[in-house]
Amino acid sequence: MSFLALTALAIVRLNDLFAVVMLSGIYSLLSASFFLSLDAVDVAFTEASVGAGISTLLFLASLKLVGRYEKKSRYKPALALGIVIVTGALLIYGTMDMPHFGSPDSPIHQHVAPRYINDSMAEIGVPNIVTSVLASYRGFDTLGETLVVFTAGIGVMSLLLISRETKDHSKKLVPADMQQQIILRVVAKMMIPLILMFALYVQFHGDYGPGGGFQAGVIFAAGVILYTMLFGLGRARQVFKRQVLELLTATGVLLYGGVGVVCMLMGGDFLDYSVLRHDAIHGQHLGILLVELGVGITVASVMILIFFKFTWRTVKHKYNP
Amino acid sequence: MELFLDILSWFFLASGSFFCLTGAVGLLRFPDFFSRIHATSLTDTLGAGLILTGMMLQAGWGLVLPKLLMILLLSFLAGTTASHAMAKAALKSGLKPLVNNEENQPGEKPSKP
Amino acid sequence: MFAMTCIALLIVMALALIRAFKGPTLYDRILAVNTFGTKTVLLIAAVDFLRGRPDFLDIAIVYALINFISVIAILRFFEYAGKNSVEGES
Repeated sequence: MSFLALTALAIVRLNDLFAVVMLSGIYSLLSASFFLSLDAVDVAFTEASVGAGISTLLFLASLKLVGRYEKKSRYKPALALGIVIVTGALLIYGTMDMPHFGSPDSPIHQHVAPRYINDSMAEIGVPNIVTSVLASYRGFDTLGETLVVFTAGIGVMSLLLISRETKDHSKKLVPADMQQQIILRVVAKMMIPLILMFALYVQFHGDYGPGGGFQAGVIFAAGVILYTMLFGLGRARQVFKRQVLELLTATGVLLYGGVGVVCMLMGGDFLDYSVLRHDAIHGQHLGILLVELGVGITVASVMILIFFKFTWRTVKHKYNP
Repeated sequence: MELFLDILSWFFLASGSFFCLTGAVGLLRFPDFFSRIHATSLTDTLGAGLILTGMMLQAGWGLVLPKLLMILLLSFLAGTTASHAMAKAALKSGLKPLVNNEENQPGEKPSKP
Repeated sequence: MFAMTCIALLIVMALALIRAFKGPTLYDRILAVNTFGTKTVLLIAAVDFLRGRPDFLDIAIVYALINFISVIAILRFFEYAGKNSVEGES
């Protein structure tokens, strides 16, 4: 825990943004191992893949745009510090009324958690309780999270446009320095299919082991980012066309919401999967499968799109002299 | 049979840990970046292979074995290419390896009698 | 037996961290971080076996991939951007 605090302090104080990125990667890794020691496998998985993986990659891509050192701030942030301290103190005072962390007679441990743990197998039939809570008991929250990812993608899309006149430029071949990296490219050609298949495995195995839509989408995006880094942005954009990616981000969310609406049409509540099939448990399985698929599609395409946009801005001067 | 497997995996785990330790000591004590890469990548890959083999002998025939095989395969591929990429990038950006001086070539008299 | 491996791996990771702090050039630090990541993968697998729950191996695979991709990304970044800041980084 002290490592976490030290790393956070170092992140705030350093001016060298690259070191900050590395330190935040280490911070994510430390949190992931912290979660592991608390025996929370899914959370550790997500933290490792998103925090140490995709965040570092996207930060590096944006660092290329922004520059490496932070400008000195020109005013002393004493007022802001004061406000933060007062708010923090008020919040802590407010939580003193709540039951202690992990005490066995707080309401969440009396009613909610035992119900999930005891009844999840009977009601939903999926061994991984985290997935059943995420996708079925708390399906609304997950729909909100997917929408947040989608909105982030839309935000990046509207802020950083890829200009149109690159249609013939994108067919230009890989820049010369990347053709020297033969060993890397050969090895990457071997590894990328493995990575993509592993992403699919994590997606569909989420019912039984750690995994699920978010982690799978992130791993898929990481594989595509590897391809983009080694084979050039032009070729990668030929494979993953912009219109297709934008369509896929919307499709994922549509799939999720669509499942909910279909449940309503078949007589149940919104996102009540039991009515999808003749048998409630099969309905839950089908619902969870489709919903995780939607989440995975949206997360993967949004991450790929964001990376493409960031990298495009960096190499734009090579294509439009 | 069980005992034999146990002894064998002990052996693999111990030698794997030994190689990793020597690699780390080399990482600290070698004088130059390129020699450090040499020490680390060789011993890392070998040590990882031995440790994973030791673990594979302990695991049953279930799902764990292919996963360990996959970690082994990825470790081989990724570790070696990463060191290659690092050495290439360092060379390209101008880092020069530490070379021996001219006077210390073997076959000549030592300069200090 | 796995406890011994875990301790050895932890020592290796600590030594790699020392090199990450000390290393005079930038590439030393990248090397140390890469080694740290590789050892983390082995440590996760060993801790798995120690606890008897083989579910964590997925995390080990993910981290091996992420380590590789991150090192390649860092090298690309320095190839394009910071050619003048190789020596003497703090």
